[in-house]
Amino acid sequence: MFINILKSTDKRPGLNPPLIVNMAITVIALGFLFLFVIMPLIIVLKEAFSAGLSLWWASITEKDALAALRLTLLVAVIAVPVNLVFGLAASWALAKFRFKGKSLIITLIDLPFAVSPVVSGLIYVLLFGLHGWLGPWLAEHDIQIIFAVPGIVLATVFVTFPFVARELIPLMSEQGTDEEQAALSLGASGWQTFRRVTLPNIKWGLMYGIILCNARAMGEFGAVSVVSGHIRGETNTLPLQVEVLYNEYNFVAAFAVASLLAGLALVTLVLKSIVEWKSKHD
Amino acid sequence: MSIILRNISKTFGDFHALKDINIEFQSGELTALLGPSGSGKTTLLRIVAGLEEADRNVNADILFDNRTVTSSPVNRRQVGFVFQHYALFRHMTVFENIAFGLRVKPRDQRPSKQDIKDKVNELLRLVQMETMAGRYPSQLSGGQRQRIALARALAIEPKVLLLDEPFGALDAQVRAELRRWLRKLHDTLHVTSIFVTHDQEEALEVADRIVVMNRGSIEQIGTPNEVFHRPATEFVMQFLGDVNVFHGRIESDSAIFNETVPLTENRENAARLLVRPHDLTIQSTPGDGPALPAKVYRVLTAGPIVKVELIDRHNRLIQVHLSHDSYNQTMVKLHEEVYLVPRESRVYANNDAWTGAYVI
Repeated sequence: MFINILKSTDKRPGLNPPLIVNMAITVIALGFLFLFVIMPLIIVLKEAFSAGLSLWWASITEKDALAALRLTLLVAVIAVPVNLVFGLAASWALAKFRFKGKSLIITLIDLPFAVSPVVSGLIYVLLFGLHGWLGPWLAEHDIQIIFAVPGIVLATVFVTFPFVARELIPLMSEQGTDEEQAALSLGASGWQTFRRVTLPNIKWGLMYGIILCNARAMGEFGAVSVVSGHIRGETNTLPLQVEVLYNEYNFVAAFAVASLLAGLALVTLVLKSIVEWKSKHD
Repeated sequence: MSIILRNISKTFGDFHALKDINIEFQSGELTALLGPSGSGKTTLLRIVAGLEEADRNVNADILFDNRTVTSSPVNRRQVGFVFQHYALFRHMTVFENIAFGLRVKPRDQRPSKQDIKDKVNELLRLVQMETMAGRYPSQLSGGQRQRIALARALAIEPKVLLLDEPFGALDAQVRAELRRWLRKLHDTLHVTSIFVTHDQEEALEVADRIVVMNRGSIEQIGTPNEVFHRPATEFVMQFLGDVNVFHGRIESDSAIFNETVPLTENRENAARLLVRPHDLTIQSTPGDGPALPAKVYRVLTAGPIVKVELIDRHNRLIQVHLSHDSYNQTMVKLHEEVYLVPRESRVYANNDAWTGAYVI
């Protein structure tokens, strides 16, 4: 009976695996999901609240934890708009115009995905660190980038660089330039064309890119760890704060702060689902 | 508004899309740019619109009503452009699509809300789509989208209407209907219009004037009657309607087509005899003038005309179109030996018309 239903609804030829295969695949997928995603999440929450709600609250309202939260939000507030503007400009140029070296630029945009975040952080240390290329000049002018907030922002911008552009380039390429040309032929200016035609067509893809970019900006560990210097209350972001607390065997506080990050991730996921649902029904 | 193009060329890399085009479009006329794909017709239309730029050349010029517009961008030219795939704004309703051109006008020229509403409704009536104002483009059929695209282009009161393969993506029946409708619309609006098509029937039926293009050059400009009955070149003759081609050669001062061995095309003195299927008469005797012996191979009587297919002595297929009346009079029988007499024909040698005598 079950098989019959499957067969009758599935019109694709040659895609009717036997029931046993269907079930095996489902079990494997669900098992994987549980083991690697759901269980860790449960453990984080369980450990965070293991010493009671009041200790959890005390841990996340502690001075250094709040400083880390503030820094994390500050970094995201800078990095996301910067990459939004860049991503929009880059994908507009790459998707709507033909020019030489286009695929090279697309490859370059992917670079932050390809290199390890630790290497990305090191690049900035080598560039702006005291013994780096620009280090002496920066020291002379009393500008500190490495082991300070600017370095953290730069490293985060680098790591989250591709998210918006990667989301928009295929979308804009697929939509082509017909509607923009039509808008221009009707007398619209370049800005009017962008605001009234291009932007509404990509708005959900753009939102999706921003959400992913934001999630990564708040959660980035490797690159930020290299440039931060781990100064408590000053250059520790939330992920770094978790590490510091964990290394001090302060497990309850570490998991409490981690639960905050997990909460941010859940909010992101909900937003992402809403955007996906909306874009499908628009 | 009249449009004059002078010395317009366009190259994409090594490819010469347009080669030194000179042409004038009369005010109020409906002109068809007709040619096979790759002939440069769409490029020419896009250059008129300003969507594409012609190669820079001191003599190149585009004039609208004798004023040069060569350097003005598309959004300043005030042209109505209808795209091949409509290019309607997918996130806007039909109403908003048509209103777009009015809403993006500079503040001091922008009509009031009520005026925009009235104008859009008037255009919706014109294209017979009053009830569709609230729909989105994805909810419309191809023919309906085409009409909305046209209404949207007309909203800015363009001085010239440019249509790129306006019926290309529609099925045959809608196509025929829209064709007639476009002609009627043009007769009421009298706006200078140019449309691109690869369909000779469409061009012959709709246009006041036809510009036949081939490989980036203009082959002939004329009324539908002129290009059909007096084709200037072999290409025009072959492109407009069916044609039978016989290969032969020029010898001293006459064109010879009665060789027993068929000739290949690539010879210096090669000549081609072109006869339209409806210009051949079937006779049982050779008669006085030139006549071509052939054998009846197939007769198709279904349809408005009778199509007779014959095989000549070189085993080549020849098509003859007869009216049912004349078919009934001649009564050709299958496999019968008959003689074909061209009432009208053209001979071309090295792409020039040959006016001398010929033998078949």
